[in-house]
Amino acid sequence: MTDSGAQETKPARRGVDWAGVAIAAGLAILALVIALDAMRIHANVTYGMGPQAIPIAIAIGLGVLAIGNLVNALRGDVPEREHMDFRSVGLVLAGLAAMIAIIDFGGGFIPAMTVLFAATATAFGRRAILTDLVIGFVIGTVIYVVFSQLLTLSLPAGPLERLL
Amino acid sequence: MDTFAALAHGMVVALQPMNLLFALIGVFLGTAVGVLPGIGPALTVALLLPVTYKLDPGGSLIMFAGIYYGGMYGGSTTAILINTPGESASMATALEGYRMARAGRGGPALATAAIGSFVAGTLATIGLAFVAPYLVDVAVKFGPEDYFALMVVAFVTVSATFGDSPVRGLTSLFIGLTLGLVGIDKLTGQPRLSFGVPELLDGVEVTTLAVGLFAVGEALYVVSRRHQDEKVEAVRGSLWMTKEDWKRSWKPWLRGFCFGFPIGALPAGGAEIPTFLSYSTERRLTKHPEDFGKGAIEGVAGPEAANNASAAGTLVPLLTLGLPTSATAAMMLAGFQQYGLNPGPLLFAERPDLVWGLIASLFIANMMLLVLNLPLVGLWVRLLAIPQAWLYAGILVFATMGTVAAKPSVVELTMLTGFGVLGFLMRRYDFPIAPVVVGLILGPLAESQLRRALSISLGDPMTLVESPISATLLGIAFIALVAPFVLKNMSRFKANED
Repeated sequence: MTDSGAQETKPARRGVDWAGVAIAAGLAILALVIALDAMRIHANVTYGMGPQAIPIAIAIGLGVLAIGNLVNALRGDVPEREHMDFRSVGLVLAGLAAMIAIIDFGGGFIPAMTVLFAATATAFGRRAILTDLVIGFVIGTVIYVVFSQLLTLSLPAGPLERLL
Repeated sequence: MDTFAALAHGMVVALQPMNLLFALIGVFLGTAVGVLPGIGPALTVALLLPVTYKLDPGGSLIMFAGIYYGGMYGGSTTAILINTPGESASMATALEGYRMARAGRGGPALATAAIGSFVAGTLATIGLAFVAPYLVDVAVKFGPEDYFALMVVAFVTVSATFGDSPVRGLTSLFIGLTLGLVGIDKLTGQPRLSFGVPELLDGVEVTTLAVGLFAVGEALYVVSRRHQDEKVEAVRGSLWMTKEDWKRSWKPWLRGFCFGFPIGALPAGGAEIPTFLSYSTERRLTKHPEDFGKGAIEGVAGPEAANNASAAGTLVPLLTLGLPTSATAAMMLAGFQQYGLNPGPLLFAERPDLVWGLIASLFIANMMLLVLNLPLVGLWVRLLAIPQAWLYAGILVFATMGTVAAKPSVVELTMLTGFGVLGFLMRRYDFPIAPVVVGLILGPLAESQLRRALSISLGDPMTLVESPISATLLGIAFIALVAPFVLKNMSRFKANED
């Protein structure tokens, strides 16, 4: 019985999948980091396992999986990947970074949301930055008011929020 | 008869006006968010968790029940109207449902999905109510080594057994396990993987991970592959099903329930299996085979019922054993944990009002969904008409809001972004995402059970196989782990023979 839609047979690519090799390398590095962090723990547990046992086990597992991924990558046994629009991804990430920076410098929730909303909308193709900034501002304000007045949860407050 | 009494008591709790209101809000919010493309029930629960912080545990769990079911109903609406299933379990619905919408029969498709979900969900909730006490009795006999073995089975089935690539599934799981390591070791107070950053001592929040992986990751992935917006099929014609539709739907509903509930209750990771099983069964059993591919109502009725029954089934191991077997269940577990509650036999004994109130609310949420959502279809369709740019911008704003309300720290927000990038890479390089969440939430639980078992046995590892329960479960886990590799090699073998 053929798989009913759960898998799509895509042609296996010939040649080495360099991204896959990079992933395998990343996993190996992660395994190393976990192992090194575990080995600096000096805890004496009388019976059973100490806190370093499971991390080492996980590190070993990751090492094995790194090899598994490497084998898959060298075989080129991966489905087709579409072309990626890096610019848009970068723009969204920049929006997120800006949001974090604003909150970190005490700029407040509302300005941060304004920037995030506008950046994301622009990344998705809209060319009306001013409108999006306004919409982001309104959404941010509404959320802030609902959260702080109705739900009494605190969101990062900057100079703008303190006016509310 | 004990169960009836407990259920009746739960009904009394659930029918209190405040709790009814919570159920209503939950159903409404869940459907609204579930309708948005790319947002499945797991993410819906994760995004709406902060909204429930200030509520009492009973009320917020009832709201979760509503959100859970509402999210699933919203997902099927998206599958039928714009052929964009919010999660893999809705894929089967999209196959016939979208065709029905194109043929102007979107109303009956939505109706059969709603009614089928209600029928199957109600049957499954009854099943849950009756099975749970028996399972609790069994669970009480479980020692830590048995719980550990059970979690190992869950790990293996969620990541390796089902899915195209066991290696990638296991990699996802181990990434989740790694994230679970971060923080202070509860048994000895030693910090692990915190790299001197004090915020990391609390560990990685499940909601930050889930929202980062699902919401931010999805947004990044969609923006990288931007294509034409799908056209939303307007719901034309009557909303109601004809007598013929009813005749063709009721048996698929029941069969869908039979597929969904048992499979959902097993730690077999995912509702894809019962929905696709239901689809192929309906296809084989239908009296109108020519309709399949053009919009056969059985192809919507069966899978939708299976989906809903499987979701209720997932609650069986969650409530009785505290074992989440899907990303959505993991989010529900996080919801319990934020009140310091741990689902399992103890909770049934100590807070029966909470557990049975929750189960009773599932009935009520189901009924509310049916009554509310059919007339409100127009509203949901309008939600879908929001331009993609605003939709995802709004999703990111909500994601940030949720994270920053829970833990207003820059470290947390950076983790959110980092998990977003991880989610994007995982989608691009074809790594499954659910195992990461399950690994994060089950990993620490499994570790503490293992260490408890070993310290009770004074360091003797044989305790893991001495108990018949854990020996059996570990055996099953081993088979489940090895089977995909063996089967793959066998099929290669067969191909060579040809």
